[in-house]
Amino acid sequence: MIRYALKRLWLGAIIISVAMMMMFAMVYLIPGDPASVALGPRATPEMMEALRVRMGLDQPVWRQFLHFYGSVLRGDLGTEVLSNRPVLDVVMEQLPFTLALVVGGITWSVALGIPLGCIAAVRRGGFVDQVIGVLSVAMIAVPSFVVAIYSLLVFAVALQWLPAIGAGEPGDLASRLQHLILPSLAVGLGWIGYISRMVRASMLETLEASHIRTARAFGLTENRIVYTYALRIAVLPTITLLGVGIGHMLSSSVFAEIVFARPGIGKLVYEAISVRNYPIVSGAVLVTTVFFVLVNVAADILVGLLDPRVRSSFN
Amino acid sequence: MMWRTVRRIMREPLGAVGLTLVTVVVLSAVFASALTSYAPSKISPAERFASPSLLHLLGTDHLGRDLLTRVLYGGRVALLIALGATAVSLVVGVVLGLIAGYGPRWLDNVLLLIFDAVKSFPTVMLALTLVTLFGPSLYAVVLVVMLVNVPGYARIIRTQTLVLKSAEHVMAARSMGASAGRILRVHILPNIIGPILILISMDIPVVVAIEAGMSFLGLGVRPPTPSWGAILNDGFANIRDSYWIVIAGGLPIVLTTLGFTFFGETLRDLFDPRLKGRS
Repeated sequence: MIRYALKRLWLGAIIISVAMMMMFAMVYLIPGDPASVALGPRATPEMMEALRVRMGLDQPVWRQFLHFYGSVLRGDLGTEVLSNRPVLDVVMEQLPFTLALVVGGITWSVALGIPLGCIAAVRRGGFVDQVIGVLSVAMIAVPSFVVAIYSLLVFAVALQWLPAIGAGEPGDLASRLQHLILPSLAVGLGWIGYISRMVRASMLETLEASHIRTARAFGLTENRIVYTYALRIAVLPTITLLGVGIGHMLSSSVFAEIVFARPGIGKLVYEAISVRNYPIVSGAVLVTTVFFVLVNVAADILVGLLDPRVRSSFN
Repeated sequence: MMWRTVRRIMREPLGAVGLTLVTVVVLSAVFASALTSYAPSKISPAERFASPSLLHLLGTDHLGRDLLTRVLYGGRVALLIALGATAVSLVVGVVLGLIAGYGPRWLDNVLLLIFDAVKSFPTVMLALTLVTLFGPSLYAVVLVVMLVNVPGYARIIRTQTLVLKSAEHVMAARSMGASAGRILRVHILPNIIGPILILISMDIPVVVAIEAGMSFLGLGVRPPTPSWGAILNDGFANIRDSYWIVIAGGLPIVLTTLGFTFFGETLRDLFDPRLKGRS
């Protein structure tokens, strides 16, 4: 198990350093000198030179590259030029809002996806199963930004049941949750479909297992078998799926944040791009990627702990 | 052969709905200029924000442009980008997959690592980064689609190539002195094209969504080119007073993605159930 976990972590570390290389290349490739981009057209040559030295742009490329790696490893993602604040602080300030959105999305997808999958598996081949199947495919197919805009139109603008903009009053949990309902639905809807399909498939497989046959032979009711004995095993693949899902949800949270005017990483990056604030863009993308890789590694290790078969297939 | 396939698809309820939607979307895009008498980018200030009527079936936008016309022409943009970008990613994916599967072991490992690294970026973050680098354009959209699709295609091709590499007919060809290029072209490629076609039909909705999503954020095709995402963007700014604009922009996206997904799912279930469970 330890070997499996180490191998998985090692792969994660390589991926993160490749990602860092790409981020460095990105800042380096941007047309124009980063110093002049940062200071704008009215900067004097002396100001530019001072900033170039401060940013280390007068050093050779390989020095800059090593310096970049070193400072990222120390948790220093550079300084935002406009407000002179550390990039990491700016990004970390927004991260909780995006995480809340992703957790909300997971809640929707697990709370609806698992029961739907179970019902479909119990009624396999029947009308209910087919309806759930079509619904799941539809939820997967429709892009999250369309879901976000349409749910805003229906529930916030037309019916006015739920708030349309912002993340709610700070400190007021009820208001925060109320503001989370629609955006997190937009983020999680597709994953209701993925999870219900996954649970249905793995439930059908589990129901064939010998210990379930034994439970049947003992005369337990079908509901008892499905929801107490089989579900425990059938939800395992969902954990790996959610590892991937969190990445997708991070992506769709960009749209949800823009449509519902919520603070968060996505909105931060989007607004940074329009004012060409590159340190923020690369810092936020790097933090998101590291987070995503760690989640996937954690999901894989968790599944390895729960299901020994995965460990051996990895080697 | 073709008609038999169509009949088999139409027998499945999901396939029938999917194929019908796909046909409607494709035909309406192809015959866009015959289906409407307006020009897609013609501005008429007098008719700004007109709600749907017999004159303008889907209403008009903030510049008085007929929305039905923009939706129809937007279909051309969406489908052309979907087909073009998918074709490019397919070619790159097939070449890389064949190299990884048939080439030396170390190259295989390097390529796999790159695929994993590329896939470890959340899609939208990738798109935002690329647009920062190259500016918003059609090419940025194609590049994002490639980076999203190529690792998946290449991985499948690689796996299939590895399997076929040790198959008897490939061994026989190799023992008769066939070159690597000939083996790949004649013996391996024809055997892996089936699953790839099915994957493509399931990826088209993803590409349509990427194009529309990037255009919605103002990072895709430039105005005044009609794009479903751009219509959504125009409508979103006026969602409180002119709800029909977002409806006009979103509906074709919903119908197209549903249509191609239903169609692709049916194709897969009928012809290659092994692909089931891949997402």
